Amino acid sequence: MSDLLTLAHVDVGFATDDGTVSAVSDVSLTVHEGEIFGLVGESGCGKTTLAMALMGLLPTSATVTGSVRFSDRDLLDLPAEQLRQLRGDRMSMIFQDPMTSLDPTFPIGEQVAETITAHRDVAKHAARERALALLADVGIPEAERRYDDPPHRLSGGMRQRVVIATALANEPSLVLADEPTTALDVTIQSQVLDLLRDLRKRLRTTIVLITHDLGVVAQICDRVGVMYAGQLVEVAPVAEIFRSPRHPYTQALLAALPSGQQAPGSLRVIGGRVPNLTNPPPGCRFSTRCPYVMEECVNVPPLAHETDDHLIACWLSDATKDAGRHDHASAGGAA
Amino acid sequence: MSVAVVDTGGRPKAVWRRGILASRKGRWGFGILTVLALIALFAPLLAPHDPNAIDATRILAPPDLAHPFGSDALGRDVLSRVIFAYRVSLGVAVGSTLVAFFVGVPLGLYAGYHGGWVDTAIMRPIDMVLALPAMLLAVALIAIIGPGSNIATLAIAVIYMPILARVVRSSTLVVVAQTYIEAARARGTRTPSIITRHVLPNAIGPAIVQATILMGFAIQIEAALSFLGLGVQPPTSSLGSMLADGRDVLTQAPWVEVFPGLAIAITVLAFNLLGDGLRARLDPKGVTE
Repeated sequence: MSDLLTLAHVDVGFATDDGTVSAVSDVSLTVHEGEIFGLVGESGCGKTTLAMALMGLLPTSATVTGSVRFSDRDLLDLPAEQLRQLRGDRMSMIFQDPMTSLDPTFPIGEQVAETITAHRDVAKHAARERALALLADVGIPEAERRYDDPPHRLSGGMRQRVVIATALANEPSLVLADEPTTALDVTIQSQVLDLLRDLRKRLRTTIVLITHDLGVVAQICDRVGVMYAGQLVEVAPVAEIFRSPRHPYTQALLAALPSGQQAPGSLRVIGGRVPNLTNPPPGCRFSTRCPYVMEECVNVPPLAHETDDHLIACWLSDATKDAGRHDHASAGGAA
Repeated sequence: MSVAVVDTGGRPKAVWRRGILASRKGRWGFGILTVLALIALFAPLLAPHDPNAIDATRILAPPDLAHPFGSDALGRDVLSRVIFAYRVSLGVAVGSTLVAFFVGVPLGLYAGYHGGWVDTAIMRPIDMVLALPAMLLAVALIAIIGPGSNIATLAIAVIYMPILARVVRSSTLVVVAQTYIEAARARGTRTPSIITRHVLPNAIGPAIVQATILMGFAIQIEAALSFLGLGVQPPTSSLGSMLADGRDVLTQAPWVEVFPGLAIAITVLAFNLLGDGLRARLDPKGVTE
């Protein structure tokens, strides 16, 4: 499998009155063609910010550094117009809340058709035909009759189908799905996940699924990246993350999942709080809550290959220690 | 009124139709204004007499069957004069508000969408105009260019443009922060399309309400200007200049003053009813009538 998306040392900072908020810090990551890659972490850990940075949709108060290679182009160096041409065409995004991500004054069918006409020089009726086919494809019954309906005539699940149809209109090679099921109830959730899985199979679309729901990850993802407070701490195939999590944060996160054997009312939690990202702890950002914290943790642990497909950024890991030594040496050599 | 307000069909056309006619106030306002607009449109057919014909035998004659509104100091039929004056006043009110709308809305939209220095460059001069008292500004403009109904229209438009620009700018700021605008950008929609197809239809509501109410006040401003002799010039008359004419004979022949005054009051009321009705439909927080 070839690499579709490669992030190297991506940092995202927001300028605020209280100083710069470091929302994403030194994230390096590779997404293979055709896979469903899960990006998990708690609210505010930088998952959505990272996706917005890839799409070039961050406000001007944000500064993005590092490099993002997407099929031979560096997205961060691309002029605005070229980036616009990619958006909705080669890569697209599914937003969290279908109640707010559709324009309330716009017929749903036209929102799909607009995605086509923004990128293809096609006649209006051709775009309409294509949009109708897409709506039928994602399971909107009586698409012809629904085409001119405003979003509020549709249920949440139906709306999310429309959003998905919009995202797939030009058969992009990459879809960023930002919590696509969070705002939906459980039965609709599994329908939407089935739909995504089915579309991946049919269109060979690569999907980056951003979620805080480990259940969703287990159901649908091939590989998972775990983020904490803006840092990517662990990347592994989904089965391995659940079987043998290596990073203390991942372990704590999985331990916090309620299980059937647990006594009622005894939810396990991770002690402490998420650090303030205006002034994050130096080095590993989980160090303030980590049970194994030690001296080295004031240095940023590099993400390193523990095995071929399992990466971890923790000083407990020999791989990280090796990589750290190497980094240190090269940094010293350069100085 | 209940929350049935949500289902406006989502199209501007539907908002217009169901929006106005669904509320009682809106129906009344719309009904009265329709009648008034027809009167203004067909003034020559409806006026029973020549509005400018002087009749020395009927000086300050009280209302009777042939002249229901009586006659003025020159023996002219007040009803006919009100009908024709109404045509002028309504023309100035609608014209000025439309000019202000079509200049102010794009400016506010553009400033609100782009923000930053574009916003500052557009809105600060507009704020300066807004800081001046409206009447003073109108009088000053007319003092520079000279009186007349077109100048009055322009002066009122200059007063109104900043108001509408501000209203649109603030609703645009709210709309731009919505996820569906971000989603449109994520679809690769070009900026001009985003502004005209997504931002404008969602941000225009408050400006339509405001413009409707402003039209009512424009009748008053025009009347004030004409009352001062700065609006329409004789022999044409507007409701304001009729008020000025009637002032001298108020005690002997109140009908010369009262009927144009009533015409102003009814029109302002109708515009306000329409505006209130529209606001109740377009503003989600104003669902209770």
